[in-house]
Amino acid sequence: MTQAPVLDVKQLKTSFFSADGEIPAVDEVSFSVNKGEILGIVGESGCGKSVTSLSIMKLIPQPPGKIVGGEILLNGENIVYSSEKRMREIRGNEVAMIFQEPMTSLNPLFTIGNQLIEGIKIHTKAGKKEAFQRAVEMLKLVGLPRAEQIMHEYPHQLSGGMRQRVMIAMALSCHPKLLIADEPTTALDVTIQAQILALMKDLNEKLDTAIVLITHDLGVVAEVCERVIVMYAGKVVEEAPVMEIFKNPKHPYTLGLLQSVPDVREKKERLYSIPGNVPKPGSIRKGCRFAARCEFVHERCLSDTPPLYKVEGADQHTVRCFLHESGGAISG
Amino acid sequence: MAEILLEVNQLKKYFPINGGIFGKRVGEVKAVDDISFFVNKGETLGIVGESGCGKSTTGRMLMRLIEPTEGKVLFEGKELTNLSDGDMRKMRKEMQMVFQDPFASLNPRHTVEKILEEPLIVHGIGDKVERKKRVKEMLEVVGLSSYHAKRYPHQFSGGQRQRIGIARALMTKPKLIIADEPVSALDVSIQSQVLNLLEDLQEEFQLTYIFIAHDLGVVKHISDRVGVMYLGRLVEITEAEKLYENPLHPYTKALLGAVPVPDPTLKKERELLTGDIPSPSNPPSGCAFHTRCRECMDICKTERPQLEEIEPGHFAACHLYKKK
Repeated sequence: MTQAPVLDVKQLKTSFFSADGEIPAVDEVSFSVNKGEILGIVGESGCGKSVTSLSIMKLIPQPPGKIVGGEILLNGENIVYSSEKRMREIRGNEVAMIFQEPMTSLNPLFTIGNQLIEGIKIHTKAGKKEAFQRAVEMLKLVGLPRAEQIMHEYPHQLSGGMRQRVMIAMALSCHPKLLIADEPTTALDVTIQAQILALMKDLNEKLDTAIVLITHDLGVVAEVCERVIVMYAGKVVEEAPVMEIFKNPKHPYTLGLLQSVPDVREKKERLYSIPGNVPKPGSIRKGCRFAARCEFVHERCLSDTPPLYKVEGADQHTVRCFLHESGGAISG
Repeated sequence: MAEILLEVNQLKKYFPINGGIFGKRVGEVKAVDDISFFVNKGETLGIVGESGCGKSTTGRMLMRLIEPTEGKVLFEGKELTNLSDGDMRKMRKEMQMVFQDPFASLNPRHTVEKILEEPLIVHGIGDKVERKKRVKEMLEVVGLSSYHAKRYPHQFSGGQRQRIGIARALMTKPKLIIADEPVSALDVSIQSQVLNLLEDLQEEFQLTYIFIAHDLGVVKHISDRVGVMYLGRLVEITEAEKLYENPLHPYTKALLGAVPVPDPTLKKERELLTGDIPSPSNPPSGCAFHTRCRECMDICKTERPQLEEIEPGHFAACHLYKKK
């Protein structure tokens, strides 16, 4: 398969400027998303996963933030320097986003129908009636019962799970090729989370929409993603297909993360825990970002930043760690 | 035979809904509706359930931070529900709480030393020098350093703040700790540190925990026994191992099935639970779960099932297991 990827991020660098100087929240991150693929981005708070997604939507508040380098190729078009007018066309039509908190992302003063129709009318040349029809179809597609009634209801009348379904309907109403979902199920209960994940997977197959799923929950990743990127302190530390990352994790951070999750299937005597705290963005400037918490740390980790190395004998598996140097570096 | 530390009998909390121009009582939210359980000395009882199931209300009623509508709470055989406020305050020396949000539960204007000292002052323990000494000791116990005492909460990360919250709860040397979602606001790598700390402290001080959480993995890890709540009712309670290996109640089964497992090789044949949780102000008749239950029978719609011992030590409230 040599199809051009839907999204190709190259050496993306997004920084925030404060009184203390430049803080790189996302530091030379590269990845791509193929057509119809579900890519997971995992990491803890402050690792830059949300900033990455906001950069792709060009929704970084500016100032204090700015995309200072790199390229974001969306269907072959570099959008880093696109005008706000062009971006407005791109958002919704080519890429859409859903957020963590379904209550705060819907306007409480307008009906669901109003909010859905608004987007459809802006992005397509549909008339009022046509837009209404389309909105109803979308609500049915995401599995909401009594779609026509819900069109006239307000967000507070719906439960959390239903609101998130409305958000998904809204995001997909103009058939974007890429959907970015930033912690879409974190605010939901497990039984509702399972429903939403099943829905996203189903729509991914039906509409062939590629999805970038940002989450901190490794269980969610295992469930729906095909490929995974692990981020730590603004850098990609490991990238691999989902099977590979759970079976054969290479980076000490990934390893630690996987071991520190309590599992419902078996009881471990004692949980593994990574010592120390998640570093503040911008606090580590030299060497490997994980060095201070790593149990395999050696001198070189403190002075040099490791590049991404290919993992030997594995396909599409790269890791940013000197321990795996023999596979050969592929990029800066 | 294990000694019972805390016993709860038919505890209820109905919050009134007021409406109309005279603020008349027009209804009630049955946040906790007739639950009974006990906690043995030295064990950890986990309470799981989804949002709105009444697990936090239960935790607070045990401390009488929320007054129960009906029912009894017995701590070491002593009835708590009819104590005066002053006597109850003295009882709280024996039972302390750890809260979910480490950002909201510490006073931002107080130094850590003041925060930790306060429970001692309230209960009149020790003099000034002793109190300061104990603050320093306790900071070391929870994995911080004694020089942290002069700092303010904002100078700490989430995980460190939760450690301070735990230290505060331990200051009066309580027997029972009620932890309400103590790790759900923390990152995965920090979460495991705090869980390990809680386990170490339990061993060191012979603590008894009531651990309230929504994360089934976390609850399984830390608990000896687990109770599952749905819509204000306890639907199943048993030993952790048993509950996860052989869940009886259909809700427990669905809940366990919905947890994403970090293993992509596992083929999931899961049956999704449809619909949302009904409103606790107007709960379904009979069994509260019957609207979403796959194995719903006629009797479930009319008669509320009682919590019964189905296997030794394994209680469930479901008509499916009714003894013939």
